[in-house]
Amino acid sequence: MSQTKEAFAKATALDTEIAVSTRNICKNYGAVEALKNLSLDFPRGQLTSLLGPSGCGKTTLLKIIAGLLEPTSGEVEVNGRLVTGPGPNRAFVFQDFALLPWASVMRNVAFGLELRGVAKSEREAIAERYIREVGLAGFEKSFPHELSGGMRQRVGLARALSVDAKVLLLDEPFSAVDEQTRRKFQEDMLNLVAHENKTFIFVTHSIEEAVFISDQIAILLPRPSRVSEIIRPTGFRNRDMGNIRRDPEYLDIVDQIWASLRSYVE
Amino acid sequence: MKIGNYQLPNMSSLLLWGLLWEIIGRSGMTFFVPPLSEVVMTLFSVIGTPAFIKALSETAYAFFAGVFFAIAIGVPIGVLMGKSRLIDELLLPWVNMFLSAPLTALVPVLMVLFGFGMKSIIITTTLFAIWIIILNTRAGVKQINRSLIEMARSFGATARDAFFKIYIWAALPEILNGVRIGVIRAVKGVIIGQLLISIVGFGALFELYSANFLMAHFWAVLIVLFAMAFAVSELLAYLERRVSYYASTR
Ligand SMILES: Nc1ncnc2c1ncn2[C@@H]1O[C@H](COP(=O)(O)OP(=O)(O)OP(=O)(O)O)[C@@H](O)[C@H]1O
Ligand SMILES: [Mg+2]
Repeated sequence: MSQTKEAFAKATALDTEIAVSTRNICKNYGAVEALKNLSLDFPRGQLTSLLGPSGCGKTTLLKIIAGLLEPTSGEVEVNGRLVTGPGPNRAFVFQDFALLPWASVMRNVAFGLELRGVAKSEREAIAERYIREVGLAGFEKSFPHELSGGMRQRVGLARALSVDAKVLLLDEPFSAVDEQTRRKFQEDMLNLVAHENKTFIFVTHSIEEAVFISDQIAILLPRPSRVSEIIRPTGFRNRDMGNIRRDPEYLDIVDQIWASLRSYVE
Repeated sequence: MKIGNYQLPNMSSLLLWGLLWEIIGRSGMTFFVPPLSEVVMTLFSVIGTPAFIKALSETAYAFFAGVFFAIAIGVPIGVLMGKSRLIDELLLPWVNMFLSAPLTALVPVLMVLFGFGMKSIIITTTLFAIWIIILNTRAGVKQINRSLIEMARSFGATARDAFFKIYIWAALPEILNGVRIGVIRAVKGVIIGQLLISIVGFGALFELYSANFLMAHFWAVLIVLFAMAFAVSELLAYLERRVSYYASTR
């Protein structure tokens, strides 16, 4: 009796640990099989990277979790609830930024809150804080076509952060920013993960970036894609950020991932 | 236009044509063309008369009401056609047919259906303007970046939010272009409607002038109409240029 109770307690504890879980996801676009039988759990409060060759279905998986796409079969649970569509517990950073070209940076960043019916003064105060946080202070009144690619990407990032969702879905959020800013953002991201109890699902093409910021890295195979490997860097997570890139475990994992991905590049 | 190295101001070619008109008018070739100076004098004398003001206000009323309905009905239909494959396939053949149909032939039918009054003229105006507005709105919606719609959905936009905050704005350059062409067609519609019904607005005036061979009056009113149509179309062209900055970056 006590044994089952214990097992039950353990199971529920495990349950709450998992913020997002995908089970046996298949997704076909007509004849194209983008995802096949993909199952993956995303622990709460951690950052999971999806790493894989271009066109392997990373964006597709992210959109299915966001509720923007219906999987052909399989299911997604967020906080134990089945996903049937978009919801306020998830925010998306789009690969192509998806900014309103006719709206200022301020309105773009506040747009998520606007759609949720937050009063103008309140949402602009929140937006202003995140505009500053992504380093765009002074550009509040600019329009997207007046910004560089990297700056636009940061507007999309600020918009997703400002709605304060528990799960953040980031589709190559740093792909257009310069290397210096990128490193700063990676460090900011580590701080964000450490201090806010949010779950991050992060798509990237950069092996180094994935190893640097992730608690868990899922390597996806090319189409039809499944998870081929899950890597959990642990050793250097609690170290000083400045030293991570010199850590032997960091370098080993980068090499190991490269070894398993290189066959698909050649 | 350029003469030698001297850049003449815009539309100075009109002066040349005005001069030609004056000469033909003075030569007395035909009673149909009085000299331009006489037309202009008549214009100023006619403009303040109660008959003219009544015609103008009736025409303006019919025109704006017609354009209002064309936009208020045309834009939502265009958006629906751009969004939904099914609605598009149902409606597109009709819209294309009406776009090129000789709508003037329909006016007598409208008169039978809606009477010899303002109502028929407004409906005629709407019918002239609406099809191009629908088609352009549809084209504008079809080219909207899918990401914008997904973005709005992911932040919980309702269908209403999406319509007023995404579709209308993302398709605005095309919509304005459609409205501009629609307005030019509406001017035709409102005049043709009035001419055929000819008991309201400028239709009544034209009837009066041509029956009495008052050609200077006739031309004066026509110039006023042209000028108004031109002004409205220029205003819309200006609005179109205001939004063109993002037409290329959507
Ligand atoms: N709307 C669509 N219709 C048809 N096929 C699609 C569609 N969207 C994606 N695909 C296909 O599904 C596969 C996965 O696409 P997806 O965008 O998810 O890849 P990705 O991993 O995000 O690639 P990248 O790293 O280049 O962004 C691709 O091969 C693509 O051709
Ligand atoms: Mg992608």
